[in-house]
Amino acid sequence: MLLLIPLLPFLGFLVNASFGRRLSKTMSGGVAVAAMVGSFAASAAASWTLLGMPAGGRVIDQDVFTWISSGDLLVPFALRLDPLSMVMILVVSGIGALIHLYSTAYMHEERDSEYARYFSYLNLFAAFMLVLVLAPNFLVMFVGWEGVGLCSYLLIGFWYHKTSAADAGKKAFIVNRIGDFGFLLGVLLLFSQFGTLDFHALARGISVFAPETARFGTLSVAALLLFLGATGKSAQIPLHVWLPDAMEGPTPVSALIHAATMVTAGVYMIGRNAVLYSHAPGVLELVGIVGVATAVMAATIGLVQNDIKRVLAYSTVSQLGLMFVAMGVGAYAAGIFHLFTHAFFKALLFLGSGAVIHALAGEQDLRRMGGLRKELPITYWTFLVGTLAIAGVPFLSGFFSKDELLYRAFSNGHPYLWFFASLASLLTACYMFRLVILAFHGERAPDAAAKHGAGHDGGDVSQGAAHGHLHDAPRPMAIALIVLAVGAVLAGYVGLPRGLGGANQIERFLEPSFTVDHALAAVAGEQAGEASMAGHGEEMAAQHGAVENTALERGLMLASTLVAFAGIGLAWFFFVRRRDLAEAAARRFQGLHRLLLNKYYVDEIYDAGIVQPVRILSEQGLWRVLDVGVIDGAVNGVAVTIGGASGALRLLQTGSIRAYAASLMLGALLILGYMLWW
Amino acid sequence: MVSLNHYLFLSAILFAIGTTGVFLRRNMITVLLSIEIMLNAANLTIVAFGRDWGAVDGQIIVFFVVTVAAAEAAVGLAIVIALFRLRESLDPDAFTSLKW
Amino acid sequence: MGFELPLFYVFAAVAVVTSALVIGQRSPVYSVMLLIASFAALAGLYVLLDAPFVAVIQIIIYAGAILVLFLFVVMLLNAPKEAAPWERVAAGPRRAGAVLGVVLAGELAWALWHAALSREPAGGGQGMPAHAIDSVRAIGQVLYTDYAFAFEVTSLLILVAMVGAVVLAKRRV
Repeated sequence: MLLLIPLLPFLGFLVNASFGRRLSKTMSGGVAVAAMVGSFAASAAASWTLLGMPAGGRVIDQDVFTWISSGDLLVPFALRLDPLSMVMILVVSGIGALIHLYSTAYMHEERDSEYARYFSYLNLFAAFMLVLVLAPNFLVMFVGWEGVGLCSYLLIGFWYHKTSAADAGKKAFIVNRIGDFGFLLGVLLLFSQFGTLDFHALARGISVFAPETARFGTLSVAALLLFLGATGKSAQIPLHVWLPDAMEGPTPVSALIHAATMVTAGVYMIGRNAVLYSHAPGVLELVGIVGVATAVMAATIGLVQNDIKRVLAYSTVSQLGLMFVAMGVGAYAAGIFHLFTHAFFKALLFLGSGAVIHALAGEQDLRRMGGLRKELPITYWTFLVGTLAIAGVPFLSGFFSKDELLYRAFSNGHPYLWFFASLASLLTACYMFRLVILAFHGERAPDAAAKHGAGHDGGDVSQGAAHGHLHDAPRPMAIALIVLAVGAVLAGYVGLPRGLGGANQIERFLEPSFTVDHALAAVAGEQAGEASMAGHGEEMAAQHGAVENTALERGLMLASTLVAFAGIGLAWFFFVRRRDLAEAAARRFQGLHRLLLNKYYVDEIYDAGIVQPVRILSEQGLWRVLDVGVIDGAVNGVAVTIGGASGALRLLQTGSIRAYAASLMLGALLILGYMLWW
Repeated sequence: MVSLNHYLFLSAILFAIGTTGVFLRRNMITVLLSIEIMLNAANLTIVAFGRDWGAVDGQIIVFFVVTVAAAEAAVGLAIVIALFRLRESLDPDAFTSLKW
Repeated sequence: MGFELPLFYVFAAVAVVTSALVIGQRSPVYSVMLLIASFAALAGLYVLLDAPFVAVIQIIIYAGAILVLFLFVVMLLNAPKEAAPWERVAAGPRRAGAVLGVVLAGELAWALWHAALSREPAGGGQGMPAHAIDSVRAIGQVLYTDYAFAFEVTSLLILVAMVGAVVLAKRRV
């Protein structure tokens, strides 16, 4: 039954990949959306079953087949559902389904074959992502891990005729690969140490050891290597460079892959290996620091970008940084909670931007937008909801998850992380509202609109919806936007914090996934230790919850609310009231402005520091010296030597009988002499 | 008393003469004749040793050698005839087309 | 026998001289004739070696058939007389030939010397029969029993040589 969850999208992929060319757009799109909806239904059903089980033993295992059985290594291709993966599959299949629906309208202008190709990739991606989150062992997870990387490449470079898109796809894949190298090393290290790749078995094995506080031991090294993979997949420093370029892909792709699901795989992976990371506090520190550094850095860059999708891309990087901060302070549930809410509002924001781009026939530059509030009402209001959510305005989902995250950062003893994370939140509110203001408020420069109107039937766009594309989102897109907006508002209530009278359900729900509980439950069997497990679970939750200081929680809540409103206020001031001040500031701090605009020149540094040296080494060193010189030289040298030797030997053939007779004689004499002397 | 050594010495001389002839002469037929001289020298040696051993085997071997020499002479002369037809010359140095 | 030794020297001298002359003649016809004389001397030596059968074989087959064949070919080809051989040999091959010759002579001398020194009186066979007819009988007895296979193969060899000679000498195959 669990198998259906990834299987349905995979079947959708097969259909669209094989027959896509002959299917009409309605058919291809229909198949793809139906596959996702089916997958969501299966996920919901499985989740319902899971919820019905007792708290401590919420695990459903399904073996599909034995994949590798070689010596000590036994790897089954299986699927496992527990609270953590339940949250993930609901997000992936649910939001995935909405995005598929949205795409049917957004991609409508493509040719039939391209349309089908798009949906086949999108379905394949969903299948792989679901495999990733349902994996019970590292190897199956790696299948999903690589698979989503592949689909990401395929989808970023979907419009492959465009060089920038193809390059972006390659960049994404290669940077990911570097992370994957670390990931694989970590996996191998763990296997060599514990002889198993199963998460539960590993958790059991690891929990025997004490946390490595004093030394940087094997567990820490493994954790660090795995984290390297996470930085690649989740676009953290130093492997964050691919995500902004990935905006070359279609907007729904950006929404699904680079906001809601794939990039969260790194966060999920750390959550899945919570036991390991809890035993490597040094690495957790690093995770937190990297997370917050990325969060602040990306937020500063997002502040000055002019492309609507780039702003959102950097926003994603920044929010992922915050998730890693949560993981880094040991608040795994808070990180996953933020992942959950972020999926809603980030997907919403991207889809909203897609609606804007679609309406403006491909325009993505903020400086040429403005005043869309009146022309695209549905888009505007849903976008605004999403922005409020991400900014952390109270009572929307983002507020609850971000607040929980900040509270944990502070209460688990990392005040500096709390401070910088709050700074990132301030900047988030600021640049997001800048985005809204620039795109939807104010007035559009007249030439901008005319330029785009001219592209469509020669009609004057400013006249309204009759000509060109300046109409609000078509029905499929609108539905997706509205559903996501509702989600962005309500999703947070599953984690209503104690400070406001709630019971923080989601944290308690997720808790067993991060401890050895489940691993023990899997061994003992659910029926046997039911009662004790439940009690144990409560106990563990209480321990892991650390000290619940509701007063502190309320105080920090107030602080983050102030931060949010401060950010909004700043944006309002600079971009509504005194826009000239913003421009003046940009001119005065031109150096800083340029630095931010060019993303701190990280790409350039990588190019100069890594890419060029490698290229030169390969070309001049390995190719010229080794390949041409040594190998070709050896092969050609053999030929030349043989040629030379033959040339010398052939001189023996004089054709003269007497010479031959003479050599015969000589040989006979030599033999005779040898025999006489011997 | 004629000892074995006398015969051996004689055959050595004859053999040397034959070898010289092979290398020295510019006439194919004379070369073949020199080869016959060498063969005879060998025959002499064999018979001398046969007598020394007191067995008839030496003579029998010579019998075969003579037979083979006859066959070889026949074939060799046939080749010489064929070659002569080609180049109108019996000089071995005229047939160097197998030169590199 | 007392006259064995002088007879030996006579025959030996004839053989050596005529052989040397063979390789020294300009005309191939003379060479063939001189070689016949040499073979006659060798036949005499065979007789001295108590091998009358071989002596007769030598005369009949070698001198009588092979050399006559040579003579036929010489006359058939009517080859021109060549210049004195030793004048037309280039310096290099001449020196090489001289060296080879000296080496050969040395090796043979050395071999003979040592053979003479370390020679044991040979035993083995049942002693040579003095009579000519007994000699033939003895040969026949050994030839057709111990060497029967070689005998048959030799006949095959002659057949092949015959066919080969005919084929090679034809104008058009």
